[in-house]
Amino acid sequence: MSLRSDAAEIVFDHVTKRYAGSERPAVDDLNITIPAGEICVLIGPSGGGKTTAMKLVNRLITLTEGDITIDGQSVMKLDPVELRRGIGYVIQQIGLFPHMTIEANVATVPKLVGWDKQRTRTRSRELLELVGLDPEEYAKRYPAQLSGGQRQRVGLARAMAADPPLMLMDEPFGAIDPITRDRLQNDFLRLHREVRKTVIFVTHDIDEAIKMGDRICILRQGGKLAQFDTPEAILADPADEFVADFVGADRGLKRLGLRNLGELDTLASTPVTNGGPRPEAGPDMSLRDALSLMLTAGSSELEVHGDDGGVRGYLTLEALSRMLGERGEAVR
Amino acid sequence: MSALAVAPLAPLAQSGPVIPNFGRGDDCIRNNGNFCTQWFIDNFRERFLPRVGEHIKMTVIAVVLGFIIAFVAALIAHRRRGFEAPFANLASLFYTIPSIALFQIMVPITGIGWTTIIIALVSYTLLILFRNILTGLREVPSEVKEAAEGMGLTRRQTLVRVELPLAVPAIIAGLRVATVTTISLATIAAFITPLGLGAPIFSAIQTGANTEFVGASLLAIALALLADVLIVLTQRIVSPWTRARRRSA
Repeated sequence: MSLRSDAAEIVFDHVTKRYAGSERPAVDDLNITIPAGEICVLIGPSGGGKTTAMKLVNRLITLTEGDITIDGQSVMKLDPVELRRGIGYVIQQIGLFPHMTIEANVATVPKLVGWDKQRTRTRSRELLELVGLDPEEYAKRYPAQLSGGQRQRVGLARAMAADPPLMLMDEPFGAIDPITRDRLQNDFLRLHREVRKTVIFVTHDIDEAIKMGDRICILRQGGKLAQFDTPEAILADPADEFVADFVGADRGLKRLGLRNLGELDTLASTPVTNGGPRPEAGPDMSLRDALSLMLTAGSSELEVHGDDGGVRGYLTLEALSRMLGERGEAVR
Repeated sequence: MSALAVAPLAPLAQSGPVIPNFGRGDDCIRNNGNFCTQWFIDNFRERFLPRVGEHIKMTVIAVVLGFIIAFVAALIAHRRRGFEAPFANLASLFYTIPSIALFQIMVPITGIGWTTIIIALVSYTLLILFRNILTGLREVPSEVKEAAEGMGLTRRQTLVRVELPLAVPAIIAGLRVATVTTISLATIAAFITPLGLGAPIFSAIQTGANTEFVGASLLAIALALLADVLIVLTQRIVSPWTRARRRSA
């Protein structure tokens, strides 16, 4: 498959957006670099300018000061229409064209940029398969005949059709029921591991940000940058009171949610406690779920199994607490 | 036509009921029955068919011209909101003028003939067509337009590939009403000059020839129904997605 393409590095160089007639800027001197191939989540309260910041990249909104570069090329120097054709765009309301079949929807940008019929068709079908929709079954259907989750899969396929090095996603899973959302998030992460595009992902849901982001950019009221770092670092070391409040009092638990039992190399080789219940867990369980399991079972120790099903070692509550203390403070 | 004109003179020499002279005919037509099928069939080619042709011609020309004007006006109003009110007001004004009066008003200006008829008929189509085309364009969901813009469609591409196709059901709904209305109104054109199915209707009103009156009226109704069916079929063919929606709902 020809899905691998170079991802682009995105630089916000002291970007400010001021709307006419408004005193406070919507985005205020934003200065961040998003490494190629990473998912950067923009998050913040409403009025934080996260969607505005995203739309400055494909010039649906025009910046007032500073510059945004994609692989060193300033977006202000490109024709907006050409620029947009080179950037995947996914929105919460999906915005599929109701009068076009699923296949025609996916083929929108390839058609605009003049791909030949055969290549467009092959690509559309390949993408439908990639997002988990059988082309035989869905290619000729209309959007109204699909569920919300399926439609957003098509939205994803359409955004990736011309193989853009950058994708902008504006609360893409925000209007989808929690179970389907979770599945879409997982599928997108798996997809992203395969195609490694740079993604700017806007959400207002901190759990989604932690799950999806390689990096999280937290904006505060007035479009000012509050913190830009990896989820682990933000949870461990919130820059200030605002960020600590924003990520929530349970940020210790959220941090535990970032790691699986399988990733731990500091398990005790022998049980510390003797007697009493000792729950067991496999390598795919998150530390957060492991903690929950121990608390539910009324046990202070967990037997951790490896991929082969054999016992890898033992994890105690105390060890978990120590891990949270490694950087920043312990669970509040 | 000459037979009809002299008919009222003929009864002077006769006794019995005063009836128009229809020339040869069966009992039904001699008794001026409500609808004499045989007479209608016998006279269809000569008396009615040319009128049907004229009627279709009037309707098609009026609806096509009205559509072109309304379409251009709607496109302008779609881009510039300020244009909507003046055009809609003008079209509403036309729409409120009683049709017979409008035909009569036009005569001194454009004379007796096709020009007058077409101008009057066109002016009645404008309001409904303009409203429906504009509504169709405006009802395109904003997220669809945002997606189009975000993917790099130009304004013109958005109009041609997205907005207009999505407006087709509303546009065609307007065409249906405009066409059926025009077919009905076109009968009144014969008030000015004997063209279309209005001609036999008007003359039958004067002469009291029931079969001619009923026959021409039925033909006008049939024409309207046929046009309606054709337009609905066209809509189904050009916008299959509207039916897909219904199937899934």
